[in-house]
Formats: sequence, structure tokens, C-alpha cells
Amino acid sequence: MQNTLKYAILSLSAIGTISAIILYFIAQKFKVEEDPRIDAVEEALPSANCGGCGYPGCRNFAEACVNASDLSGLYCPAGGSETMQNVARILGLEAGEQIPMIAVVRCSGSLENRPKTTIYDSAKTCLIASTVYSGDTGCEYGCLGLGDCVVSCLFDAIHINENTFLPEVDQNKCTACNACVKSCPKNIIELRKKGLKDRRVFVSCINKEKGGIAKISCKVACIGCMKCQKECPFDAISVENFLAYIDFEKCKLCRKCVSVCPTSAILETNFPPKKIAELNKETVNPSENKNINSDIEKDPNG
Amino acid sequence: MNNKLLKVSLSPHLSGKESVKSIMYGVVIALVPAFIAGLYFFGIGALRVTVTAVVACVLFEYVIQKYLLKVKPTISDGSAIITGLLLAYNVPSNISAGIIILGSLVAIGIAKMSFGGLGNNPFNPALVGRVFLLISFPVDMTSWPKPIVTRASVIDAVTAATPLAIVKEGLAGGTPYSILLTQIPSYWDMFLGNVGGCIGEVSALALIIGLFYMLYKKIITWHIPISMTGSIFIFTGIMWLINPQANADPVFHILTGGVLLGAIFMATDMVTSPMTPKGMLIFGSAIGILTVIIRVYGAYPEGVSFSILIMNAFVPIINRFCKPKRFGEIIK
Amino acid sequence: MAKVLKTFPIGGVHPCDNKLSASKQIEPVVLPATVTIPLSQHIGAPATPIVKPLDIVKVGQLIAKASGFVSANIHSSVSGTVKKIDNVPDTCGYKRPAIIIDVEDDVWENSIDRTDSLLKEISLSQKDIVEKVQESGIVGLGGATFPTHVKLSVPKGKTCEYLLINGVECEPYLTSDHRLMLEKTEEIFVGIKIVMKALGVSKAIIGIENNKKDAIDKMSAISNNYDGISVQALKVQYPQGGEKQLAKALINREIPAPPGLPIDVGCVIQNVGTIYAIYEAVQKNKPLFERVVTITGRSIKNSSNFLARIGTSISVLIDASGGLPGDTGKIISGGPMMGKALNTTDIPVSKGTSGILILPEQISSRTNISNCIRCAKCVSVCPLGLEPYLLSKLSLRSLFDKAESEQVVNCIECGCCSYNCPSKIPLLDFIRLGKTTVMKNIRNRTK
Repeated sequence: MQNTLKYAILSLSAIGTISAIILYFIAQKFKVEEDPRIDAVEEALPSANCGGCGYPGCRNFAEACVNASDLSGLYCPAGGSETMQNVARILGLEAGEQIPMIAVVRCSGSLENRPKTTIYDSAKTCLIASTVYSGDTGCEYGCLGLGDCVVSCLFDAIHINENTFLPEVDQNKCTACNACVKSCPKNIIELRKKGLKDRRVFVSCINKEKGGIAKISCKVACIGCMKCQKECPFDAISVENFLAYIDFEKCKLCRKCVSVCPTSAILETNFPPKKIAELNKETVNPSENKNINSDIEKDPNG
Repeated sequence: MNNKLLKVSLSPHLSGKESVKSIMYGVVIALVPAFIAGLYFFGIGALRVTVTAVVACVLFEYVIQKYLLKVKPTISDGSAIITGLLLAYNVPSNISAGIIILGSLVAIGIAKMSFGGLGNNPFNPALVGRVFLLISFPVDMTSWPKPIVTRASVIDAVTAATPLAIVKEGLAGGTPYSILLTQIPSYWDMFLGNVGGCIGEVSALALIIGLFYMLYKKIITWHIPISMTGSIFIFTGIMWLINPQANADPVFHILTGGVLLGAIFMATDMVTSPMTPKGMLIFGSAIGILTVIIRVYGAYPEGVSFSILIMNAFVPIINRFCKPKRFGEIIK
Repeated sequence: MAKVLKTFPIGGVHPCDNKLSASKQIEPVVLPATVTIPLSQHIGAPATPIVKPLDIVKVGQLIAKASGFVSANIHSSVSGTVKKIDNVPDTCGYKRPAIIIDVEDDVWENSIDRTDSLLKEISLSQKDIVEKVQESGIVGLGGATFPTHVKLSVPKGKTCEYLLINGVECEPYLTSDHRLMLEKTEEIFVGIKIVMKALGVSKAIIGIENNKKDAIDKMSAISNNYDGISVQALKVQYPQGGEKQLAKALINREIPAPPGLPIDVGCVIQNVGTIYAIYEAVQKNKPLFERVVTITGRSIKNSSNFLARIGTSISVLIDASGGLPGDTGKIISGGPMMGKALNTTDIPVSKGTSGILILPEQISSRTNISNCIRCAKCVSVCPLGLEPYLLSKLSLRSLFDKAESEQVVNCIECGCCSYNCPSKIPLLDFIRLGKTTVMKNIRNRTK
């Protein structure tokens, strides 16, 4: 008994030692020389592997950063400028300045604004639904509400509102990685400038129909009336195919367009409530909150 | 425009009558003859074990789905009933209720629900439960009550070895097969089920009735049962022809133990068997060969459960390499 | 006549055939007030309009010219004034250009022979036939709407041995081809002769499923008068009307995977409806502007077979057969297995509309999906020998390269897998997604 135990312990330790030696030499022999800064940079990145930077994963991006002579073309949308500052510090380079962006859903076709005309009864993905037909409402451009963008988001930043059936972006979580933009078969989601204090003004519609037809299918459709274009003092609004578009580079967030839009197609976010005097003056006062709240009473199934 | 909204979906707009439920209850119906046979030969004990197993399986599935996984329970689809029935068919009729409940927990909890429920389990749940019990409680699992005489009582102490065990021990001890044949029940008794063994496996007749029902209802195809019994028959037949005194004959091998129960109900389990006819044939024959190897050379007298579980593990690989013949592949 | 019923060997399902309108004669439908003629009624480039608003058109007048080889001419189906050329929703709801004509009277082009007489003599030469077919804007009327003149022009290096005629009509409910075979039997035989001449083949086989015994009997009796044309009864099995299945069943040859075509195995396949249209174009000088449309469904009052002008709104046809039932859940253009669900009744009849099927609420809904139980029933019914469960899973997970190596492009979208799935998984929805993506990938690669 004693002997068995002794031999067992001895042989096992012998095997262990020999294996350790072999492993050590193999590890030495096949060692790959790598810039240690790659690891350091990777450490600094959020390791979400979202692909928003244009590289397949965070490590590839780290390699690209290390190999680059300057960081101007490289930007990690998930980490933002702070992360890029850290990366720059590790590499001793200047961080490229980039305006923070955010994903914006350009459709306000809630159940109330855009009544259903048919019931969709197939696989619940936008991509498949969009190959079958134009959608379960009269608007062939609008959101299908089946949530391909929600599935694509790695940061849990986009969700379908249960009352409106429209996706909503969580501005604190969105990293502007572009995944939802790519996933939307109707190209409704756009990356826009995040704006100072998260203030944004944008046309929440991509309907290219003539005004009359667009209005029939959706109450808040852009009808291409050109009023906003005439109103804009900064020449930021262009109207093409009966659809207005606000250039976020030129827009100074003056909100004049919002007040003239006859269909409330232009939305503003995170602005302080208007003064009462101004409210009385204006006949139309659209705001994102108003659109959403008005639908809460609605039964989701119509 | 009518006020009701039209539905829009992709084609096809019709669907067949068959559903998961209809398939599962079809299997349950096919299992009924074996239950009647078990009841006839082992009496109330068989009823007790079967009811315990079925109730335990359904209950465990319900509890796990409702409280652990927090999903809508799907016990109505009948798959838990099948697991319960098959588990009960694979144990002796005098086993204690505690053991069978433990077996049900292993079958449903570990082998089925932990993999994601119906359709996702790589191994046949009932067999996992059975093998777990066989390893944990070898004595309880292998003391078979004698048929007929025990019909009135619930638990009977009179036990008998199965023909398989008798033959295996006898052959290992050097007794010629022709002498051993006189110690075991006749083939006719084995065909009807008048032998010691697990509740569901004894009656070949009842199992074959179930097989024909399932074939008629197109629940299963012939591939697995035929290839499995066929390979056992051929393999043991060759051995028997080489040395008739040291090996049991092929008919004996097919009629005894769990071969028919395994070939008809266990190996054909849709979830854990290959998808293509070619794959099914490979799967069935491999089970047959493994069974014979375990029976003849292994430590256990019976090897069907182990062989099926081993081959279950190979199903993904079989599916990967056995593709159906694609249309238009060979250009004439 | 004890013939062995042929069929295709692998896969297939057998849904209840529900041929409700099989005994109803083809009847013309009243002219609507306006017609909407889409410019894209065929596979290929949309036609270019050659009329402008306020133009006066006659029945049979060319109103849009084919743009390219794989495209088709479009003729006016009514006489009247062109109202406008506008974008109107197509069967998918997307806006597509169409010519809208206000109907006035029924004035036909003088060149069209409107008599019922049967013209057996084929005077045109081989080349002229193909040209005539191209001029008349004939497309495959079985539903695929592939321009017929393309099929009739055998590419260099290929030979055509057989002409196969599709009289299978394997889709449940539809009866337009069946009625055509019964009522225009001789015309179809002359049409087959015309196509045989155009292709230069000596053998033609008409495949008819065994649930149309009257058509088989009538066609077989007449086939004795025509050299080289035989009738083959086929076992009832869906999707026998698919080109690949029909060729396999009739001449036991397998058309290779796309881009393989029937001509690769020496045959050309035409639908009986197309054959009749060719007869009319070549012998009667009548371009394709009307077709037989079956209006059917268990809930509808009179299931009927209408001879409808292209561009007639389907609501007109539905009204003519007793109106839209109150419990309608789904309106399908085509058969229940491969047809397209419509989102409104305001859709014009086009060249590819073989039938309109009205399904009541309760059978139109899809049932709840449960887990895949790996029963392999989808594998056993796939007529192409594919593994639908695998393809749908791969598409769902966006593993398109793997799906390509599993030959997803071979799928003919017959729907047998979804039909037969006991778990009611919409397998074909996902496979279709995979197929379109893979096709796109392949196209991008070859570019």
C-alpha cells in the first residue's frame, strides 16, 4: 500500500515535470514576436468587436492604430474621444478629433399616424418582410417595426417602443457603430451629429411620394412643401423628390423649420420647453414627446 | 375596401395536417400495445411504474419550464409522456417509486431541459435516465420479476435472470449453447413476452404492432429499425455459423433484451437520429454492431442503451457527411 | 388504356387539390371602366411606353415596347383613351409604372382574326414564328412570365430533342389550364405544332396530372391525329408543374442547378396557356392581351374561370363571381403553394395572373411555431434533395457562404418543406432570404 502510493506520487510528479519542460521549450520555439503596444491598445478599447471602426474586431483596430503614423483616420465610435485619447497616449500620437454621432430613426409612422392596411403574418424580420411587400401600412418607405435594428445592436441601445412599434435609440448607450443603419432594409436609420447637449433637429420621414399621396398614408409624412427650406436662414435644408433633408453640418439648431412644418415631420430633441409667449404665437408645436405620448392609449393590435 | 385587414404572408399559404402534437401522440398510441403486454405479464407493478414515470416526467417538465426557465410550458405536446413511457418500459416492474422519480428527473431535467427542451437534446432523454439508473442502482435495475406469477402483487421478491444473462454467463463459463437453450424460455415465449425483463421490452409482438402503426402513420421510416436489427442479425449470424456452441444464434439476439424496443422506439427518436435515409442506415447498423460487441465482449449482458447513446453523439457528424442526393447533380 | 402513371422520384407533397372550378366554362368578363396595364409583367427589363396621355388606342395596339432581348412588348387590352402613365402599387405594394386607359367601346385592330375557326395550316417560317411570338409580347403564362421568344431561340451549341408541354397544373384550386385543354383542345395541338416547327423538334409530350381525367381522355384522343405529339398521364403530386420535376417525370432527365436550363438536357418546356397564346398570335394575329384567370376559394359563391383582359382590376373579377366574402383573410394571386398574398383587391390582372384565390380567415393564418424536432420531414419532401432545416437555420444566422455550399440556389421555392413541417416553422421564408442573398453574392462576385 505504502509503495503503491509512493510510486503513484513519484510517477505523476515525473510526468508533470517532463511535460512542463517540454511545454516551456515549445513555447520558446514558437513564440511570435509582437508589438506589445497592440495588447496595450486593445486593453484600452471597449472590446465590443462591433465593427463600427471599419475593422472586423478590436484587435485588428489596435493593430491598425499601432501601425498608423497618425490617428486621424482612425476612430472608435463605441469608446468615443475618451478612448481615443487613451490610445493616443499609449502610442504617443495626437488623437483625431471626431464629432460624436448618434443613430437617428427617421420615421414617425406610429400606429396613430399611419394606420395599418394589412396584417403581416410571416417570419418576423424586416429583411424578409421587405422582400414580400412594401409593408403593412400605406407607406412603402416607412418602418416595418419588426426589429432587425434591435437584433443588430450590440449595445442594447435601440428598442421597439411597444406603443408606437417604432424603434427608439437610447442616446446614452448608442455608440454610432453603424450596425443598425446597415441592418435596416428601408434605410430609415441615419447617423447624425449628436449635437450639443444632445440637441438635434431632423426630418423624421423618408417618404419620397408626392405630398398628397404621402399624407394619405401617414399623417406626419414630409410632403415636400418647401416651407422649411424657405425658412432656413443657414441654407441647411434641401428638398428632393418631395422630401426635405436637413444637413447636420450646416444646421445651427435654430428650430425655425420645426415651427413651420405643416405635418410635424421635423422633430427636435432635448430642447428646453418653449416659452409660453412663443407657444401662444405658434399654431403648430410638434415635439417628439408629444408624438410618442399620444399613442400610449392605443391598443397595440389595433 | 372591407373593414377587416387582409393578411399578407409568404407562400406557401397552406400547411399540412401533421403537427408536433399529432406525431407525439401517434408514438404514444404505438406504445400502447407494449404497455398492455407489460401489464399482462407483470401485473399491477407495471402499471404503477409506468404511471409514476409518466406523471413524474410531465410534472418535472412543467415545473422546470414554468419556474426555472420561465417560459410557457409545452407539456401538452406529449413529448414528456413519451419520455416517461420509454423510461418506464426500460426498468423492471418491481423497482421502487423513488428510483423511477429520480430517473425521470435525470431524463427530463438533465438530458432534455438543460439542452433547451424538445428538439435540442443530443441524447435520448429516456435512455439517459435509464443508463443513469442502471449505473447508480445496478441491483434494483437488474433483478427482474418473473412474469405471470406476480400479476396480483405489487412488489414481488421472486426474481429471475433474463435469458441474456443466463446465456452470457453460461457461455462465459464454457457451457455449450445447445445446453443453455434448454434453460431459457422458448422463442415463442420470448416473442409473446413471457420472459423476465423490463416492462416494455419483453413482448416482441406488441412492439412490432407499434412499429407497423408508426410506419402506417408515416411517423418513422423503415431505415433505422431494419438496419439495426439487420446488422445484429447478420453479425451474430456470422459468429453463430463459425462456432454454434460458443455463440448464441441470431434469432435469440433479436428477441431478447431491448433490441426491438430500442430499434423501434429509442433509436428512431426523431430528435436524436440522423436526418437522411443514408445517415439513418449508417446510424442503425452502427448501433447494431455496437450492441453485439457489448453483449458478447462487454461487462454488461445488454448493450442496446449504451450503443444508442454512443451513436446519438455521432448524429451531428452523420448529418454533416450524409447528404441527400441533390437533384440535377449528375448531368446526363 | 392502362398506362403507368409517371411522376418525379424524390420529395413532393400531396395537398388536397380543391379544384372547385374544374367544371366551369371559361367565360368573358365585362369590360371595366378603366384598365391599369403595368409595364413590368414579365421577367426582365420593364417595357418602354410608346403612347402618351390622351392618345386613342385600339384593342391589340402596341402601347409599350420591349426594352432589350429579355423583355416583352405590351399591347392595349381595351380601346379608349390613355389617361395617364403613372406609378401604381404592384402586387408587392411598391409603386411601379403602368399605363392607365379609360375604356371606350371595344374596337379591335383590323389585323386580328376574331373568328372561331380553327386554322391548322402553319404558313410562317421558323424564324417568322419566333419573331411573331416576340412581337405579340408572349411570356410564360404558367406564372414565371419568362419571355417566350427567348425560350424559343435555342442557343448555339445546344440541341433540342423534346418539347414538353406543361398541362400539370399541380397547384391546388387553379383550373385555368385544365379548362383551356378541354375547350381549346385542337388549338393547343396546332400551337404545339407551331412551337415544334419553331424549335425544329419532332417529339412533344404533354404531361397532365391524373386528377384531370377528362382532359387526358380528350387530349389523348386528338393526339392520334398529330404526329409526334403524345399525352402522358402523371400521378398527382405537387410540385410536378415545376420545370425540373416535369422533365424528370416525362423524360427522366435532370435539369442541372442554376444557371442550368431545360435546354441543357435537350428540352424546352411550355405551359398549355402559353401554347394557346402562341396559336392565337401566329394563326390569328392576336397579341397577348387577355388570359384565363381562375377565381376560386371555398368561401366564394361562384368559383369561375374568366377570360379577362390584362389590366382589369381583380375586384371586378371577384364581384363577377359573387363578391368578396366577409370572412376573407387572404387574397392570393396564383395558387396556394407559390402564390403571392395581395394587400388590396385593387390590383390589375397581369400576364402572370393564373388565378385569384380567396382564403377565409381561419385557414389563412399561420399557426404557432414550435421547436424543430428534427423529424427530417422537410428533407424527405424536398423535391431537389436539399435540407431545408439546415438552409433555413444557416440563413437565419446569416451564414450565407455555408448556405451556398449547401446549394441553396437550387431551391425552387415550391414550399413543400413549410407545408409539411409539423412544427409549422416558416422554413421557406428564411430559405428565400438565404437564396436571394446568395444569388446577390454570386452576381457581385462575377462582376
